[in-house]
Amino acid sequence: MRLALDGISVEADGRFLVHDLNLDIGSGEVVGLLGPNGSGKSTVLRCVYRALRPTAGAVLLDGTDLISLSLRDSARWVAALTQESTAELDFTVREIVALGRSPHTRGNQALSPRETELCHQAMLRTTTAHLAEQSVLTLSGGERQRVFIARALVQEPRVFVLDEPTNHLDIRHQIDLLSFLRGSGLTVLVALHDLNLAAAACDRLALLQDGALVAIGPPAEVLTPEYIRKVFGVAVTVVTHPATGEPRLLHDLDTEAPREGTRP
Amino acid sequence: MPATTEPTTDPLQPTGPAAANREEHRMARTARSGLALTVAVLSTALAVSVVAAISLGPATMPAGDTLRYIGAALTNGTIRPDEVSDYTIIWAVRTPRVLLAAVVGAGLGIIGVAVQALVRNALADPFVLGVSSGASVGATSVVVFGAFGALGVYALSAAAFLGALGASILVYLAAQSRGGLSPLRLVLTGVAMAFGFQAVMSVIVFLSKDGEAARTVLFWLMGSLGAATWGSLPLAGSAVLAALVLLRRSSRSLDVLALGDETAASLGVHTEALRRRLFLLTALVTGAVVAVSGAIGFVGLVMPHLVRMVVGSGHARVLAVAPLAGALFLVWVDLVSRTLVAPQELPLGVITALIGVPVFITLMRRRSYLFGGR
Repeated sequence: MRLALDGISVEADGRFLVHDLNLDIGSGEVVGLLGPNGSGKSTVLRCVYRALRPTAGAVLLDGTDLISLSLRDSARWVAALTQESTAELDFTVREIVALGRSPHTRGNQALSPRETELCHQAMLRTTTAHLAEQSVLTLSGGERQRVFIARALVQEPRVFVLDEPTNHLDIRHQIDLLSFLRGSGLTVLVALHDLNLAAAACDRLALLQDGALVAIGPPAEVLTPEYIRKVFGVAVTVVTHPATGEPRLLHDLDTEAPREGTRP
Repeated sequence: MPATTEPTTDPLQPTGPAAANREEHRMARTARSGLALTVAVLSTALAVSVVAAISLGPATMPAGDTLRYIGAALTNGTIRPDEVSDYTIIWAVRTPRVLLAAVVGAGLGIIGVAVQALVRNALADPFVLGVSSGASVGATSVVVFGAFGALGVYALSAAAFLGALGASILVYLAAQSRGGLSPLRLVLTGVAMAFGFQAVMSVIVFLSKDGEAARTVLFWLMGSLGAATWGSLPLAGSAVLAALVLLRRSSRSLDVLALGDETAASLGVHTEALRRRLFLLTALVTGAVVAVSGAIGFVGLVMPHLVRMVVGSGHARVLAVAPLAGALFLVWVDLVSRTLVAPQELPLGVITALIGVPVFITLMRRRSYLFGGR
């Protein structure tokens, strides 16, 4: 399923959080959204999973404006992993995962055997099946994150939006998640902080600054020292991964412009 | 993600997915039958308690006679002439009172669940939105000024209901913002408004010449079913029943709401609309309950927690058990209130607190129950 952001802007209190952003994501493509804090990554994602309505422009799913769909209908196509990692109540992992079926079920209707199986498969995939009867409140941050991913998977989405999904995950589970996203066939839009992981996991990268797109393209075209210095204000050396040929960034600790008085 | 990362820590994996899935179905079945059992036990206990509470009182009747009188009343049967006074006590006085206790208890239980979901706060109860203090202002003006005199015995109920609705509307308007009803804003507005209404009520009581007024108001505030008649049942009963049906139907949305507004939107739940519906429902039902029973504290706060400790947090399960548990609890509380120091009556709020606090704290310490956090 193709996801297109067609000139979306989000304005709040007279300030543009996102300004006239165009982004076209092909079916099954994995696009990483990069940018410093406050560059508008989350705002863009929130427009896609319907927590926010763009003040101008439209989010299109295969050409259909999301706004024309009910929240419930769009939730059948688009799943999200948000930055909210709280669950107020003492739900079990199994209950949380099953809630992913809510856009597909009416009212108080019980899950069908197929749906129960779906939940089980999602828990196996995220290695959370052994936690099924535990309360989510007792889990570690990373375990909880994986439970929420399982919940998004049972939604059976065609588009998956993730807001910094690797937070709290150990390196094993970060790599698991990103390799899964690559092989899933889903259309993926993912905000990431780790530029190297982004280079390895994404087909294309979109670089955001102050709510506007600075660069978009394959990792090698976006992760250049010039763009990184312009957007993040840090100096990097780009090398090539000897095995995969992907770009890798080596960070330098403010060697170019050491600030006065901050160093011993 | 490949499921190979923690093979040794996953007890389900060695048996293979098919076996694990069977296990899962079995557990889902056990959970369901566990719920069915809880509901069956509570329903039976409630039925027995209702008959017991109708039989017990200053003039205690054998349960057999109680059932015979109720049967006679329901089927237009006959009784002996010397039984008329007993029959009147049973059918005209105690039966509506005990049934009303059950209705009020059930109502407070489910509205407690709804409010806690609405404001996403474990400390919320049906009165946190300022409803009860609004009702108190209404009730006080009846007691002190004789407002709504034309309504006779229903004046107090009507004034309390209107006071409750007025307070709800004020809280709603004040808490409303561009982003809809925010949970925190609702709680803060409700609490602030409650102080305002209490001040108004205190001034009214303080300025009244009648010393008895203060006592009446206080008694009403602590809750009482002493004025229960058959006439007070239909409205409160249908309000509670309707609320239960509506809430049960949206139980999955209530679950989703607990995951946070962002996540709820991504799962297709319109949180703003859901909150508005919950607010309206809560205001109406709390108003209807408070109108017939006064402000009985503690039940709506604690019953949802007690139920969650037993059946888990899923709202479908909680809403199946909370009304029964609330009804059962209040039937016994009312019985204690009218028999402990008979012929005097104790306010219900006193008993709910005296029984509820220790029970709740014991349960909370014994079970590893988590109030939305560690």
